[in-house]
Amino acid sequence: MTKDTLYNYTLHLADNALILAQRNSEWCGHGPVLEQDIAITNISLDLIGQARSLYQYAAEVFNKKEGREATEDSLAYLRDVREFKNCLLVEQPNGDWAQTILRQFFFSTYQYGLYQQLQQSTDATLAAIAEKSLKEVTYHVRWSSEWVIRLGDGTAESHDRLENALDELWMFTGELFTPAGYELDALKAGFGVELTALKAAWEQKVNEIFAEATLPDAASRAGVWMQTGGKEGVHSEQLGFILAELQYMQRAYPGAEW
Amino acid sequence: MEGVNTVTNISVQKIWSILEEVCDPEVPVLSVIDLGVVREVKVASVSEEDDVEVVITPTYSGCPAMDVIRMNIHMVLLLHGYKNVQITTVLSPAWTTDWMTEAGKHKLKAYGIAPPNPKQQVCNTHLFAEDEAVQCPHCNSYNTRRISEFGSTACKSLYQCNDCQEPFDYFKCH
Repeated sequence: MTKDTLYNYTLHLADNALILAQRNSEWCGHGPVLEQDIAITNISLDLIGQARSLYQYAAEVFNKKEGREATEDSLAYLRDVREFKNCLLVEQPNGDWAQTILRQFFFSTYQYGLYQQLQQSTDATLAAIAEKSLKEVTYHVRWSSEWVIRLGDGTAESHDRLENALDELWMFTGELFTPAGYELDALKAGFGVELTALKAAWEQKVNEIFAEATLPDAASRAGVWMQTGGKEGVHSEQLGFILAELQYMQRAYPGAEW
Repeated sequence: MEGVNTVTNISVQKIWSILEEVCDPEVPVLSVIDLGVVREVKVASVSEEDDVEVVITPTYSGCPAMDVIRMNIHMVLLLHGYKNVQITTVLSPAWTTDWMTEAGKHKLKAYGIAPPNPKQQVCNTHLFAEDEAVQCPHCNSYNTRRISEFGSTACKSLYQCNDCQEPFDYFKCH
């Protein structure tokens, strides 16, 4: 039971990192200016690194349990949509630069609080991955916060675009703090994180940055219906397209290596 | 470690010095020792063949150089006659630029990359925070500015000198 929980929990963390990395990497060669093209793809790389550590660990847990050969690659390339446990936020399309920035800001702020707590996990490997990743996520939070302010408090055009992004993305933020079954079990088992406790700090940070960005605070969206399901494998139509591109090579040429 | 004898100690020292030959593929003036990614070397002498374990830690989670570093450590030890080499990766404690050697920092500067400042305020979430003055590796001026937080590799950010106008990489503190 605990093994299942640990496996699912670790996969969920890995899937979040991988899918957002894949989304961000779509900007490669298309960024608004060279430096920001490099920045967003650097963030992708950090997330892929986190995903690799997490998938390697998930594979180790799986193999111990099942006695079969899962690898980081089989987990990333050979699972289907319903088996992915990422939250809906990370699979949302890039949209314009404002939407990409806001998605990154929401997610990095969440990940920052999550990894801070996860450093105290009773699971030594998860704690180590969190400790390592937190240093990188710190840069992501700073970079994306600065961009939210720059766009929100920028021109009328950039402000409008950021508000549009907010309309698109806010409904996916509730899921971050709505625990899935395996997250509750992980918490009970001692290696998980109390998500509801993260929410207040997340909202405070969002409000602080939104105030500087001249955007309305979180309370103004209190009535918005929050979409959920991604963590349990019920995704928006977006994920299928992402996986089609991400997994194409391994599906078409099974076992192909560089 | 139990049973440490002089022979083992000498073998361990020898391996540390061999590892000086392994360079970071992206910053080739730095060895893996300069970089501070080698955490431990263990040698277990069984008959005349040594079992060697090298414990390394990644700089950044996604740093693509780590795979090459791992392979190069293997290769160089193989060349020196060590057949049983195991390379273990540990994540905790997380690597920090404070582990870079002083010699490494000098080499970086000579190569045209500003070495990392001692770790401090830049590793937080404060907005628009400028790193403390980063010295231009070309003209030594401290009158420099950050162009981008993210540079040519995960470990660097991009700066420009306001005096000599040269752009340069800064190995950011981490």
